[in-house]
Amino acid sequence: MTTTTTEPVELNPYEEDPLLVVDALHTEIMTPRGALKAVDGVTFSLRQGETLGVVGESGSGKSVMGRTVMGLYRSGGNMNVSGQVLLEGEDIQSMTARELRRVWGSKVGMVFQDPMTALNPVKKIGTHLTETLKEHSKLDGKAARNRAEELLNLVGIPEPRRRLDQFPHEMSGGMRQRVVIAIALANNPRLLIADEPTTALDVTVQKQILDLLQRLQAELGMAVILISHNLGVVAGRADRVGVMYAGRFAELAPAKQLFADPRHHYTRALLAAIPKLEQPPHVRLDAIEGAPPNMVNPPHGCRFAPRCRAAQEDCTHVPPRLVPTDQSNLMGHKRHWYACYHPVSHDTPGGE
Amino acid sequence: MMAGSGSDHLRADQDQVLTVTDLVVEFPTKGGGKVHAVSGISFDLLRGETLGILGESGCGKSSAGRAVMQLPPPTSGSVRLEETELTGLSKSAVRSKRRPMQMILQDPVSALNPRRRVKDLVAEGPRIWGKKVTDQQIRDVLSEVGLDPDVVMDRRPYEMSGGQCQRVCIARALMLEPTVMICDEPVSSLDVSVQAQILNLLEQARERLRLSMIFIAHDVAVVKNISDRVMVMYLGKVCEITPSDGLAQRALHPYTKLLLDSVPEAELMDDSEVARGGQTSTELPSPLNPPSGCRFRTRCPLASEVCKEEEPKLRELAPGHWVACHHADDGAAPTRAVIGEEGNPETGLVTEEAAADAATADDRVTDADESVATKAEPPKRAADEG
Ligand SMILES: Nc1ncnc2c1ncn2[C@@H]1O[C@H](COP(=O)(O)OP(=O)(O)OP(=O)(O)O)[C@@H](O)[C@H]1O
Ligand SMILES: Nc1ncnc2c1ncn2[C@@H]1O[C@H](COP(=O)(O)OP(=O)(O)O)[C@@H](O)[C@H]1O
Ligand code: SF4
Ligand code: SF4
Ligand SMILES: [Mg+2]
Ligand SMILES: [Mg+2]
Repeated sequence: MTTTTTEPVELNPYEEDPLLVVDALHTEIMTPRGALKAVDGVTFSLRQGETLGVVGESGSGKSVMGRTVMGLYRSGGNMNVSGQVLLEGEDIQSMTARELRRVWGSKVGMVFQDPMTALNPVKKIGTHLTETLKEHSKLDGKAARNRAEELLNLVGIPEPRRRLDQFPHEMSGGMRQRVVIAIALANNPRLLIADEPTTALDVTVQKQILDLLQRLQAELGMAVILISHNLGVVAGRADRVGVMYAGRFAELAPAKQLFADPRHHYTRALLAAIPKLEQPPHVRLDAIEGAPPNMVNPPHGCRFAPRCRAAQEDCTHVPPRLVPTDQSNLMGHKRHWYACYHPVSHDTPGGE
Repeated sequence: MMAGSGSDHLRADQDQVLTVTDLVVEFPTKGGGKVHAVSGISFDLLRGETLGILGESGCGKSSAGRAVMQLPPPTSGSVRLEETELTGLSKSAVRSKRRPMQMILQDPVSALNPRRRVKDLVAEGPRIWGKKVTDQQIRDVLSEVGLDPDVVMDRRPYEMSGGQCQRVCIARALMLEPTVMICDEPVSSLDVSVQAQILNLLEQARERLRLSMIFIAHDVAVVKNISDRVMVMYLGKVCEITPSDGLAQRALHPYTKLLLDSVPEAELMDDSEVARGGQTSTELPSPLNPPSGCRFRTRCPLASEVCKEEEPKLRELAPGHWVACHHADDGAAPTRAVIGEEGNPETGLVTEEAAADAATADDRVTDADESVATKAEPPKRAADEG
């Protein structure tokens, strides 16, 4: 434990029967300029079949968080990880390399922004799939090939049998991303982490891929962490959304509530900065001035304070913890959490 | 007139700054074929007006923008800036005649020479033309683009964030006192909060200097926000030109509607569940061998026999609103809802993308570089450290 700037977050994420529990996760990366707190105290849990959207601007720590949850980033080398990641009760961060390989593929799959890097350019599509399949099951060559064809069909690739013999470069970006999704799903993982899965794609293709993910999730009952810098992408797709700022959740709430009733000033400002189709042309956008903080040496107190129009003196001492609104769901769970001392209120929608 | 999208929509007798007629951009391929990047498009730009160009990757937006700049000159067609025809001029003549026209690119960091300091980058343009640039002028233009001269004057591009670099690029352009700015995806690589800052800045510069702008982007809401008119392109052709006010309601071309239906932001506003299906993929046909007739027909839910045989011309279906579609004004013209219900058009053939990929290698290299830069292990940017 190297991080002393944060207190433990007073968020009890442990709803009954969680698939994934992430508790006070910190990921520090050593850089020549000092230890960079890429993830700095993230806590949440995820149920079977649930989709958590994670949004935030470039550098806010989304990818590092996803990779740490996956176990791709662990303590050692220039990394320092603390906190817990429990997948079906198993601690990802304390597993051996062998145990991790078993978990990847069988319990958790990952899809990245650039499908090309996930695929070996000199390997046929079919080989990618059958290798993954054989690693985790006892399928023989023929059965694996049939299952591979089935998977391509599942992800909506036309003429799957012919595609098995194609190379990645013979496919468009959208097709390649479908293949990557097929590989991630090959062994029916319980959790899929999709990090900017559509950022490199055109909007029409983006919609197809998001539709696909949503359909597969419903059919296979897996949980999804959908990471995107685009609020629109997660808005219609996630059950809950976490807004990340400077390595932490500024706000974590059911998607509809978050967009309709943001409490954190960063969430509100982010929503206000997006041009909207229903506004007339030439409307002046409500930009957020300034830039996110340096995470080697983040500001004391609330990290958004230097850019926050509602900031007061007391914001700059101790980082605000996630606290719940007074609403709870039918089960009595608090579902809407925000980390702000002077939250956006209903009476002053502008929050100023 | 050539079989293009037509040019009847050019506006006569107004204060045109730029008129582009029947612009064609083709790139020969190794195999002796050619990429039809832009296939006979026409548009004009009035003083103080912003024309948005909207379309997906590879539809020819950048090629069109570059051809207007003569970078390189188009395969054919005319580009008239004020009273000057730019095509057919010698290289040196082009350089001096197109001076009133400046271009802003998507990747602001690589657009700037990494070894030079901001104050030299900003003064570079006028100095090339033998003008003296004072420190005060540099300070003024930096302040104008929202940078603190004392802080950034001596910095180099890698010591600044993407947003700051884009401000420097805009300052560089403004130093040359342009009348036309061609902005090619100037905010596409920026985060929303910075995107809003840059859009506001461009708008403010346009108003103050009475600039005309061509604003290229793939984000419908961004284009709508900054433009007076929007031109939608598909595979090198113009589908629709419409006033941007009420874009979502006005849109008549099936491709424009597909774009609008794909906008994820729509769901930010939409309470109702959006109808979604699990269709198979239909993707862009090869620009090496575009479909006959209407190029959108392989993905169009309304495609009919005539669409295969005859290329639709731009027709004015409402004042100032031009649409290139045989069926856009049929009695049973589809509403957006109908298209939504049908999901993405499945009628299209799934064309072989391999050829397209090979042909777009040039474009893909840039795209790949960009995604690499924002992916897995992001290169450390000075911006992160403040
Ligand atoms: N391997 C690494 N070495 C050094 N610094 C890193 C590394 N990976 C990430 N970082 C830094 O960690 C911080 C968070 O990075 P991360 O990639 O998680 O952000 P992000 O929200 O995913 O951003 P983006 O949208 O740009 O991908 C950034 O400051 C980034 O530069
Ligand atoms: N120098 C080039 N050589 C070959 N093909 C090119 C070249 N530049 C662009 N193209 C192709 O022309 C088409 C249109 O490209 P472009 O204008 O860059 O589209 P956009 O900017 O809308 O993505 C694409 O198929 C692209 O790959
Ligand atoms: S804690 Fe203070 S600075 Fe932070 S978001 Fe709330 S009001 Fe703004
Ligand atoms: S209806 Fe025909 S002309 Fe119109 S967009 Fe569709 S294919 Fe093209
Ligand atoms: Mg990322
Ligand atoms: Mg382009």
